Amino acid sequence: MGQIFSGMFSKLWGINKEIRILILGLDGAGKTTILYRLQLGEVIKTKPTIGFNVETLSYKNLKLNVWDLGGQTSIRPYWRCYYSNTAAVIFVVDSTDKDRVETASKELHLMLREEELQESALLVFANKQDQPGAMTAAEVSKSLNLTELKDRSWSIVASSAIKGEGLTEGLDWLIDVIKDEQLS
Amino acid sequence: MSTLTYKKFDEGEGVLPDKMTIYQDCISAFNASPVNAKKCRILLAKLVRLLSIGETFPANEATNLFFSISKLFQHKSVELRQIVYLAIKKLCHISNDVLMVTSSIMKDIQNGDIIYKPNAIRTLARVLDSSTVHATERLFKNCIVDKNPNVSSAALVSSYHLSPESKDVVKRWANETQEAVYAQKYFPDTQFQNVHQEFYSRFPSSTQFSQYHALGLLYVLRNHDKMALVKMVNQLSGSSSPLTNPLAIIQVIRYISKLIEEDPSLADHLYPYLLTWTTNKSEMVCLESAKIILNYKKFSPEQHTEAISVLRDLLNAPRVVTIFAAVRMLNKIAMTNPEKVVVCNYELESLINHSNRSIATYAITTLLKTGSADTVDRLIKTISTFMNDISDEFKVVVIDAIRNLTLKFPEKYKPMLVFLSDVLRDEGGFKFKNTVVESLFDMIHYIPESRDSALENLCEFIEDCEYPELTVRILHLLGDEGPKTKNPTLYIRHIYNRIALENSIVRASAVVALSKFALTEDLSLKKSIEVLLQRSLTDSDDEVRDRAAVSLKLLSSSTDKTSSVILVDFIKPTKKYSLPILEQKLTQYISSSDKASYENPFDISSVPQYTEEEWKAQEYKAKTTVQASEEEPLSDHKGRSGLAGGATETHNETQQAELLQQQYIDEISQITELSEYGPILHSSSVVELTERETEFVVSVVKHIFKEHLVLQFNIENTLTDSELMMVSVISEGEVYQEEFILPVEKLAPRSKGTLYVSFARPEDEETGAPGLFSDTLSNTLSFTSREVDPTTLLPFDEEDEGYQDEYQIEELEVTIGDFIVPSFTADFDKTFAELPSENEEVAVFNLSSSSELQEAVNSVINVLSMSALGNTETVGFSANNHKLKVYGKSINGERIAGLINFVISKNGIVAKATVRSDNKALSETVVNGIA
Repeated sequence: MGQIFSGMFSKLWGINKEIRILILGLDGAGKTTILYRLQLGEVIKTKPTIGFNVETLSYKNLKLNVWDLGGQTSIRPYWRCYYSNTAAVIFVVDSTDKDRVETASKELHLMLREEELQESALLVFANKQDQPGAMTAAEVSKSLNLTELKDRSWSIVASSAIKGEGLTEGLDWLIDVIKDEQLS
Repeated sequence: MSTLTYKKFDEGEGVLPDKMTIYQDCISAFNASPVNAKKCRILLAKLVRLLSIGETFPANEATNLFFSISKLFQHKSVELRQIVYLAIKKLCHISNDVLMVTSSIMKDIQNGDIIYKPNAIRTLARVLDSSTVHATERLFKNCIVDKNPNVSSAALVSSYHLSPESKDVVKRWANETQEAVYAQKYFPDTQFQNVHQEFYSRFPSSTQFSQYHALGLLYVLRNHDKMALVKMVNQLSGSSSPLTNPLAIIQVIRYISKLIEEDPSLADHLYPYLLTWTTNKSEMVCLESAKIILNYKKFSPEQHTEAISVLRDLLNAPRVVTIFAAVRMLNKIAMTNPEKVVVCNYELESLINHSNRSIATYAITTLLKTGSADTVDRLIKTISTFMNDISDEFKVVVIDAIRNLTLKFPEKYKPMLVFLSDVLRDEGGFKFKNTVVESLFDMIHYIPESRDSALENLCEFIEDCEYPELTVRILHLLGDEGPKTKNPTLYIRHIYNRIALENSIVRASAVVALSKFALTEDLSLKKSIEVLLQRSLTDSDDEVRDRAAVSLKLLSSSTDKTSSVILVDFIKPTKKYSLPILEQKLTQYISSSDKASYENPFDISSVPQYTEEEWKAQEYKAKTTVQASEEEPLSDHKGRSGLAGGATETHNETQQAELLQQQYIDEISQITELSEYGPILHSSSVVELTERETEFVVSVVKHIFKEHLVLQFNIENTLTDSELMMVSVISEGEVYQEEFILPVEKLAPRSKGTLYVSFARPEDEETGAPGLFSDTLSNTLSFTSREVDPTTLLPFDEEDEGYQDEYQIEELEVTIGDFIVPSFTADFDKTFAELPSENEEVAVFNLSSSSELQEAVNSVINVLSMSALGNTETVGFSANNHKLKVYGKSINGERIAGLINFVISKNGIVAKATVRSDNKALSETVVNGIA
């Protein structure tokens, strides 16, 4: 009896359904560090990702399937192989890397034009806020031309993966949006 | 998963799934969310099955599959992950961008489950390229020294596969590899926890196979450095050897073998290691070390004896496969050195009745080789009892052994003849019957006393023979041998039966055989034959009718002397045509594009003929070289795998040489300056005058004419950007004076040309005819060189006249062998005795240039270009003396027979040559030519 009940509940709240989230961004932005900070709650030593890392997180009764794709120039073309069924994209920007923020913007808009990602929400982490000389979230938002995006939910959050700041804040927003869009 | 359950799949076994269905199913299942692990596993299994039977996908589909499979990394199922790795490994060759899974695999290797860790390591090696391999260095080092043998082995084998591409990186793992060679690794208790209790006890706690893999990798890293290898072998051999895995030990034994092969001086140092291993508890190891010891003639007879006694002990081993390996090795040794195997006779005899027929057969054939005259009868009796139980293949082996034995003990021919005729009556395939018939042929040839009864047996055989090929051969032999017997009429009945009963091919050859009987002195016989032949005139087949008619016509006209000579010549020709050349000429004639050539009949005189003797010399040479290659010692591992094809190759070689000779004749007859020289009396083999990889590759062939010596230089211009003009070779010697040079006008880049230099053969003062003089000619290649564009082959500058250049090439020796044609005589000792003893020349030489007997023997045969008779060209195992018999004819037709004794002395090899010939001066020249 209890089983049936929980079955009904899970259907109602979409717990059984996996939520696919991609973490993208240029190389060295901190994608892998964010993934494992979220999963293990600690900072691990990382190496440039050749390919991808995939982990399953439980967050607020939801099962998140999080894909962290490598950001090196040679690997970016393969991002698109993993776009299908994606509920949300987390785009990570190195806030200290002013030289390459333009490249990041280009990659972001190129990606968002893809058919398969039209329904996905976008969360941008302006990462590495612990570093001196980091741009603020507003500055990053401006550089990325985020305000141009009208037909999707998006948000930008200042974060520091090393200190663990801003991550849950951002994820909370994302989960709310996903629940809203997918279950309403 | 329990191994005690089995689920039957829906599809019938052996039915292949459809490729496109699998593809579609895979793509949709792998991209689904959430992933259904069980469904994916089944699909992957089908995919792997398709790929492993050789199915393939186009690159774009394979890449699609690959990316879809990569999505399965999100699922934690251990079983799914394992098969994901198998599938990726299979797809690596056909899919693009496989490096996308690198990070995921590396994470599995670091933190993954022990079950799929080895799979992950092996897959990683396929995914890496030389740019990404650096990132995995630490990982590989850690895995190589991992305590779990499965992980360590996977890392070692993967490194082995990475080493050709990324040798520099893999080299840095040498210390870890070394550690793995020494380490003893055991499976943890948890390794087989999923296995049912009943089976658990059957799993070993360790096989130490990681040692074998580590050794293989270490060798790859060190094999370029001999000293390092010797050091490695020293550390791993002897009583303190850390190796426990038999395969690893065998590997070290093979490295030892390789070291000795490259540097024989190491043999003494390494022998004790081999000897310790002959008593190893693994029979495999004992066999391998004994085999290596027996392989090298360098080892002393005592050392060989020790190895033989090891094999002898193994003949009593409990495992059938060990006995088989041991007896097979003994059998091979018995081929060349039967006396060494005699000590095992007792054990071998007890194996005759072994329930494994292959072992019994090898035991028998070995005994047949080692047997003495008094054991022959008993052996043959034993063999007869089990001939029916063994396969044709082994029957052939037995028959061959019997044939050799017959030739060895001619006085024992009677029981063997009985045996052979018995087996001839048994059922058997063509190959088997052919061997028996061949043996009988040999008996008839070499043991004259056996002729009549052997012929009778053959007659009986053809009465009921299912193979026309054999019947035809036997009829031919009957025609040759029958008339010489006391009672020829006996055979006529059998031959005539064939005309009455068989197909047209057999009938035709029976007609020819019959006609040969008409050539005897017996007139009444001749008459009867004519009557019989008359009947064939009405045969339904034209070939049979023609042959009968021709024979009758010749027989009826043979009243006077000249026509009877023609008759004999026609029915029993003494000369044979060279078949390969006849075939070549006929093809040329038929395929000629010029219609006019059909107006003239085919010119048979352009095909060389051989006398019986020359023919036999060739046949003998072909036979013995085949034997020699078969008798090559028992090394069947790496590097000598080409041996199997040896027999056919040698056969082709003789034919090749013959065709080559014909080609020379054709080429030279095209050249006006040389065409008047008359026929080529002898052509040497090709002599290389430069290294193979120089700018200009030059080889030379010496042609001897009646009054001239012509050198044919084959020149290859290997340069890509220079052409040569007016290429000639300036040869200077003391005896031979150059007459003229026919230069090559132009030699384009990467092309070949031929030029000829003619010399006069100086006269011998005594005879006034051209003499057989040796000489040394120094050669210089002379040419005008000009640079050209490598793509168009045109000179950069038309005006460029090039520059004159010279190029020194090696000297050429004209030796006595260039004037001798190898020949054959059935009985060397008789021929030698026949030659006048006053023409005998004896001399003793010190052959300091060779250190090995075989080498010395080969070089003498080579220098003299005579045929070695009676198997004397092969030196026995670790022999310290050898007797060589050579026979040949000078270009003037004089017979030459040489008896050369080789002895190993302190100062190298000493040879005493005794040469007799039809001409004293010739004997002297030949003797002097040896040194």
